[in-house]
Formats: sequence, structure tokens, C-alpha cells
Amino acid sequence: MDDQLSRVFSALADPIRRDMVARLAVGDATVNELAEPYSVTVQAVSKHLKVLEDAGLVSRSKQAQRRPVHLEAEVFDLMTKWIERYRQEAEQRYQRLDAVLAEMTEQPEQTRVEGEAS
Amino acid sequence: MTTTTHPETKISADPAVPTIHITREFNAPVDAVYRAHVDPDLVVKWQGPRYLTMRVERWDASTGGAYRYVHTHGDEAYRFYGSFHEVRPNERIVQTFTYEGFPDSVSLETMTFEDLGDGRTRLHATSAFQTTEARDMMLASGMETGVVEGYEQLDELLAES
Repeated sequence: MDDQLSRVFSALADPIRRDMVARLAVGDATVNELAEPYSVTVQAVSKHLKVLEDAGLVSRSKQAQRRPVHLEAEVFDLMTKWIERYRQEAEQRYQRLDAVLAEMTEQPEQTRVEGEAS
Repeated sequence: MTTTTHPETKISADPAVPTIHITREFNAPVDAVYRAHVDPDLVVKWQGPRYLTMRVERWDASTGGAYRYVHTHGDEAYRFYGSFHEVRPNERIVQTFTYEGFPDSVSLETMTFEDLGDGRTRLHATSAFQTTEARDMMLASGMETGVVEGYEQLDELLAES
């Protein structure tokens, strides 16, 4: 597993960080705005943001004075791809199971066909 | 300041339970779908990825039983093991699942077999993980395989099927 993926996993393992990401999906927000609903300090929220930033999940504008936090949507496209790939692997597995099940039920069908032919 | 001899019990409930749910229907009666999950000679035919060979080292598909199997590809070997917590014929299988490469991680797999009548069956499979990280790693494991094989090769396979 490469470092980028590991960082994304550990960044999203924390419930506060997942919640922050969910709110940023709606729109950009400042550190103060992000800190509001939690009973934690702005410094603690900044620490969480640093983890999300290091994982490449969010970025902060350098220009604007408010320095709003922006969600990097591409990373979530990647997650959607993981889920889709996992679904496809499961589908492949179950198509093999379809074949096994067809073999299992083949025997009585053959008997029936033979019976009709005789 | 108060002094307590016994540390107090702490509890927390994570609202986002790390799980994966899969549902799939089969054109086969419930007893056949169930048997394909418990008979090791049938399981090896479909459960592992196509490019790997699955070899069963231990298999006791009964309540309180256990399993161990290995997926091999040339010199590569991936080992998995777990317990069959409950095996209820044609209804439900509950088992634990561990990949030896991550021995500290265990998931709980629940499979229920729903008889749809007309010889059709709906399978519900739920994997419950101990952490969101473990769940996401499991989701991405398919991605890793894709990287190893080459996306194009895999996409060709999927297009063919």
C-alpha cells in the first residue's frame, strides 16, 4: 500500500475529520466556521486540517485573507472508484458462482432432456 | 478532588459503523447457493480471484468450526483464516475473516440466504470491520489488485464477461 493511500485511510479514520470532510463537500469554509459545531479549540481543528491537508484531501487558499479550506474532490472520485472496483470484483466472483450453480443443477436438466428424446 | 479506586467504564458509539453490504440474486434454489458456500470442493471453484489458485488447508463449516485457506500465484501466497460462528443450513452463515498479512484486523461476515421462490435466491452479505480504516483498506484491496494486474487488462476481462 503506498503512503498516499495510507495517509488517506488514517485521515478518514477519525470521526471529526470525516464530519469536517462531509461539511466541506457542501462548500468551502474557514477554520473558525469549521470549529464552530465542535467542543474543541480552533487549534485542535487546525491540527485535524493539517492531517487532511497532508493526505491531499483538502487545500487552503494562499491568496484570500480568510484562507478558506477547499475539498479536493478528485480524492473522492478515487474512493468512488475503489468502491466500484470492489463491486466489480464481487460481481466477477458471483459470476463464477453462477457457473458453479449452473453445473450443480445441470444433472437433472440433462436427465429431463434425455427422457424427452427417448 | 475525588479519588476512585476503580476507573470508570467509558463507552462510545460510532454513528458511522464501518461495514460493507452486498446483495446479489442467483438463478438457483437456496439449497444450492448455500451448498456452494459450505462445500469446500465447490468454494474453491469460485471464491478466489481467477488468476489465483485457492487451496483449502482446513474446513469445518459447522457452528463453532473453522477454516484456513491459501491463495497462490507462482511464489506469491496469501493466507486467510477464520471461525464459523454459526452455520444454519439454507438460512445463514456467520464467520470471522482475517488476512494473515494484517493479523490484528478481523471482520465479521454475515451471509443470509433468502428464498425468492421459483428456484431463485437472494444473497445478503455484510462485512463489519473494527475500524473505518480497516474497512477502507478492504475496499481499496481490489484497487491494489487492479494496480498489480494493470487496469487495462482487468477492464478487458470485465468487458468480455
